[in-house]
Amino acid sequence: MTNAILTGLMLGGMYALIAMGLTLQYGVARIMNLSYGEFLIAAAFASHWLFTGWAISPFAGLALVVPLAFALNFAIYKLLLTPLVRRAPNRDALEVDSILATFGLTFVIQGSMLALFGGAYYSYSFLAFPVQFLGETVAANRLAALGITILLGLVLYLALTRTRAGTAVRAVAVDPFAAQLVAINVPQASALTFALGGALVAAAGVLVSTFLTFSASSGVVFTMKALIVVVMGGVGNMLGCLVAGLALGLSESLVASYVDPGLTLAVNFALFLAVLLVKPAGLFGRATR
Amino acid sequence: MNARTAGIAVLALAAFVLLGFVPRLGNAYYLALAISLLQYTVLATAWGMFSGPTRYVSLATTAFFGVGAYTVAVLGEILPWPLVLLIAAALGAIVAAIVGLSTLRLSGVYFVIFTFGLTELIRQLVVWFEVNKSRVLGRYVFVDITQADIYWQLLALTAAVFLLGWLIARSRLGFALRVIGEDETVAKHCGINTTFAKVALFTISATVMTLVGAIMAPRWTYIEPSIAFNSMISFQVLIMALLGGAHRLWGPVLGAVPLTLLFELLSARFPNTFTIILGCIFLLIVYLLPRGVAGLFEKLTAPGGKTTGRVAA
Repeated sequence: MTNAILTGLMLGGMYALIAMGLTLQYGVARIMNLSYGEFLIAAAFASHWLFTGWAISPFAGLALVVPLAFALNFAIYKLLLTPLVRRAPNRDALEVDSILATFGLTFVIQGSMLALFGGAYYSYSFLAFPVQFLGETVAANRLAALGITILLGLVLYLALTRTRAGTAVRAVAVDPFAAQLVAINVPQASALTFALGGALVAAAGVLVSTFLTFSASSGVVFTMKALIVVVMGGVGNMLGCLVAGLALGLSESLVASYVDPGLTLAVNFALFLAVLLVKPAGLFGRATR
Repeated sequence: MNARTAGIAVLALAAFVLLGFVPRLGNAYYLALAISLLQYTVLATAWGMFSGPTRYVSLATTAFFGVGAYTVAVLGEILPWPLVLLIAAALGAIVAAIVGLSTLRLSGVYFVIFTFGLTELIRQLVVWFEVNKSRVLGRYVFVDITQADIYWQLLALTAAVFLLGWLIARSRLGFALRVIGEDETVAKHCGINTTFAKVALFTISATVMTLVGAIMAPRWTYIEPSIAFNSMISFQVLIMALLGGAHRLWGPVLGAVPLTLLFELLSARFPNTFTIILGCIFLLIVYLLPRGVAGLFEKLTAPGGKTTGRVAA
């Protein structure tokens, strides 16, 4: 039982980390990024390449991959998404346009990775030894990833609630029009937040690659998980992200160990639907929609 | 019915009779191509029937296609063919009604997400069932259906879909859906039962997709979940309907025909870079043709350039 719960918590922490970037991108920049999982896999490949080719540890790799992802996502927002933001007459139209555009982007990125790396599964061995934790044996890489996840989450939470820029970002999330009235540069804040979300998913990709096998086409699964967590938790809500991620991870791990490993996705969807039917705005969402 | 409608009806009838002779040409390659063209025409038109007026982006095409294909794989040898088709259609309608009732109350992006994962969910359930209960993964489809039979059935379904779409557009239901597409809150205040209208159309559209899956199943001799629930179909159908323009009944055909031919060509010549090209085409359509070919056509024919509504979204 302890083992199942511990596995579930680690899994849930990973889901929360993966969903953090998406909740920023969707909650603040209003971009429903369907190519989100592809960015995660791209970062995982980058980490794999750095580790096997240059013997750079994934934790050091973070310092390389994350700023690069930030710059790349900033460019994507400026070049690819700004025209859509200008064209859209309202928020709903932007949402649909961004879904379609990032959907196309998914294929481009996935196709490029398939051409570069083929369809095979990749993994590498990093910190792959067992350690004792709370009386249970767990893999060191998972524990290390969990530690970094908690650290990242904490830093992000403090940055959003304790700094001036973070307050501005939260203001844009609440009401972009009112935010402009108090001299917040909304387009700039949106672009930076989108890039920050991209940086977070890159960090998630690097961490995930240390203990999961991945292939060029497994991005969709991560997009799905992230979307479910974001919507369940309430769009744009960090605490909701954490709670929903943990709930998903725990339920998945419990079902896998006590019912049937083949039914984890069914459980994901049952939870997702149950939450939406009871609270359409998500667990911590404001009922604005 | 005025003279123009009658003229179009006669032309359409003549076209269908002419198309019925395609299998008589005796060329297996062209017959296969014609089957693909019809398959995507029906799927894209059915997609547009629901997503065009309501602007809900559904990615569940594959889910229904797969349900149809799997029904044939399971029941094809046991029961007579018309009964199998009937059961497939009923199954598709039931699944669609359940999905519709539970998700269509939710708007916009929640719907996309759910349909995005629905295929994966149904596939997992089928795999789970096959592995644990029937102890086989993958089934052989031995039914006495020739390629020409598949073609004629698809052609009949195409005719039925267009007739149905035309009837719906002229009915109260069609009008209700257009109001929902313009503004769902206004529709509710007008006393339109929005949930009923959406679920009804979603079910009709999904039943058609299920039938396509069932009709296409005998094309493969061997079926397994990854073949029947190939999510690529959802994506291709979405692109086709968008390119053609989903706000018109005849719009999706304009996308389905050129893109089916293009995909046929690309997947044969450039199997490795197919996905990249697909993505680029998709992006081009989103940026350059937001209202599809049908929208472009209307813009060119209407001198004022004033068009109604936006692209299916």
